[in-house]
Amino acid sequence: MIASLSGVEVDYRGRLALGPFDLAVGEGEIIALVGPSGCGKSTAMRLLAGLEQPTRGRLARAPGRGETSLVFQAPTLAPWMSAVANVALPLELAGVDRRAARARASEALDRVGLSGVDAARPAQLSGGMAMRVSLARALVTRPRLLLLDEPFAALDEITRRTLADDVLALWAELRPAILFVTHNVEEAVYMASRVVVMTAGPGKLAGEAAVAGPLPRPEGFRVTEGFRRTSETVSALLAQGMERAA
Amino acid sequence: MRRLVDLLAPIVFLGLLLGGWELACRALDIPPYRLPPPSAIGDALAAEGPLLLRSGWVTLATALWALAIASLLANLLALAAALSGLVERAIQPVVVTLQVTPVIAIAPLVQIWAGLEHPERAVVGLAVVVAFFPIFSGALTGLKSADPDLERLFDLYGASRLQKLLRLRAPTAAPFVMQGHKVAAGLAVIGAVVGEFSAGSGGSQGLAWRIIEASNRLQTAKAFAALVVLAVMGAALYGLLQLAERRALAWWRGR
Repeated sequence: MIASLSGVEVDYRGRLALGPFDLAVGEGEIIALVGPSGCGKSTAMRLLAGLEQPTRGRLARAPGRGETSLVFQAPTLAPWMSAVANVALPLELAGVDRRAARARASEALDRVGLSGVDAARPAQLSGGMAMRVSLARALVTRPRLLLLDEPFAALDEITRRTLADDVLALWAELRPAILFVTHNVEEAVYMASRVVVMTAGPGKLAGEAAVAGPLPRPEGFRVTEGFRRTSETVSALLAQGMERAA
Repeated sequence: MRRLVDLLAPIVFLGLLLGGWELACRALDIPPYRLPPPSAIGDALAAEGPLLLRSGWVTLATALWALAIASLLANLLALAAALSGLVERAIQPVVVTLQVTPVIAIAPLVQIWAGLEHPERAVVGLAVVVAFFPIFSGALTGLKSADPDLERLFDLYGASRLQKLLRLRAPTAAPFVMQGHKVAAGLAVIGAVVGEFSAGSGGSQGLAWRIIEASNRLQTAKAFAALVVLAVMGAALYGLLQLAERRALAWWRGR
């Protein structure tokens, strides 16, 4: 177990925003967190990152400093730094010397398929490329837990499918546990081995669906019967969760 | 062609304005002490050029000193306010009060504090007061404008307060700070002129004094000439900082 929430509740300004909610993330597994807007998905993510504490309930985290990474919906790069400096930032903040940090950052950029853009500033990159830089920054520390908060939501369909495959390929190489939040049922089923569905806010568990099949996904996985059926199950859970709240 | 027209348009307009002015003065036989024709102002510029340039330098130097002092004070205070909410709440009312009080109204007080034998100190002081606010508010806004998600990442990476300040908040503030200095430069010139006016009595040898002196003697053309030097100086300072800002921002954004 790398991180878990048990019976966790979070209040914002005296109102319940999340929970009670349970979630356990196992070493090296990929979990998709799906739920309606405002159900507390991002809050759950910040809890697991250790950036927030639950109001009630228990949060357990195994990773130490530098072993958790976070990717947001926007690339969230510093515009005044080059791509390679952005990627090197987590290492430099942890005290790795500049030369070594930049070398590892450059490698991480290669690994996400970006070569020759080391010196480019974020403003010179396309949306997809900037997202890859963000991903490289998340991977450069070789995290045990990778948290992705709607990472592809702002990208076009082709780019997001390519990036989904790339994330799975990187996962196969480095085997971090991945928890990612999405609104997109098909993306959830495609990328995760387990889809966790939340109810409308304050979010509780609406249900879970295991996704069969190998990871990374083989060609044509989206048109298999298993993919279709799991997607329907998840959609049904999502609909139930919204009804229960309404 | 289009660019040439754009370039020529303001020159032609200025020419028409000056030509009309000149013609009106001659046709209506306006006495030159009341409104001198542009040709007389030109003559005054030529005749008094060295004196006006010396006075212009006095005013410019005053404004630049004020800008430097205001920059130092404003940035330090903004830094303190950004680091501590208590400091911000403590100094904000004083800063705002100072900002909304017309500088001309506090000029006599500053005059007294500086000592009547040091009018130049009072002038610099008044220019500092008006130049302070845009720099302070720009720097404070900038220091508090860091992307909250980037801030979360810095927390996640275990960045210290100093690392966050140097590597996140200060770079975020840079464009705001530059903008503040640009506005402050123009205000410093205004502050210097207001200060010189209130110092009166020839204690300061700046352009404002030249204007007062010439007006008192009904040398209206000379007063206009001093005004021309003042306007050109202000525009040049603003243009210079505009250029510096554009260069710096281009570097900052990496384009």
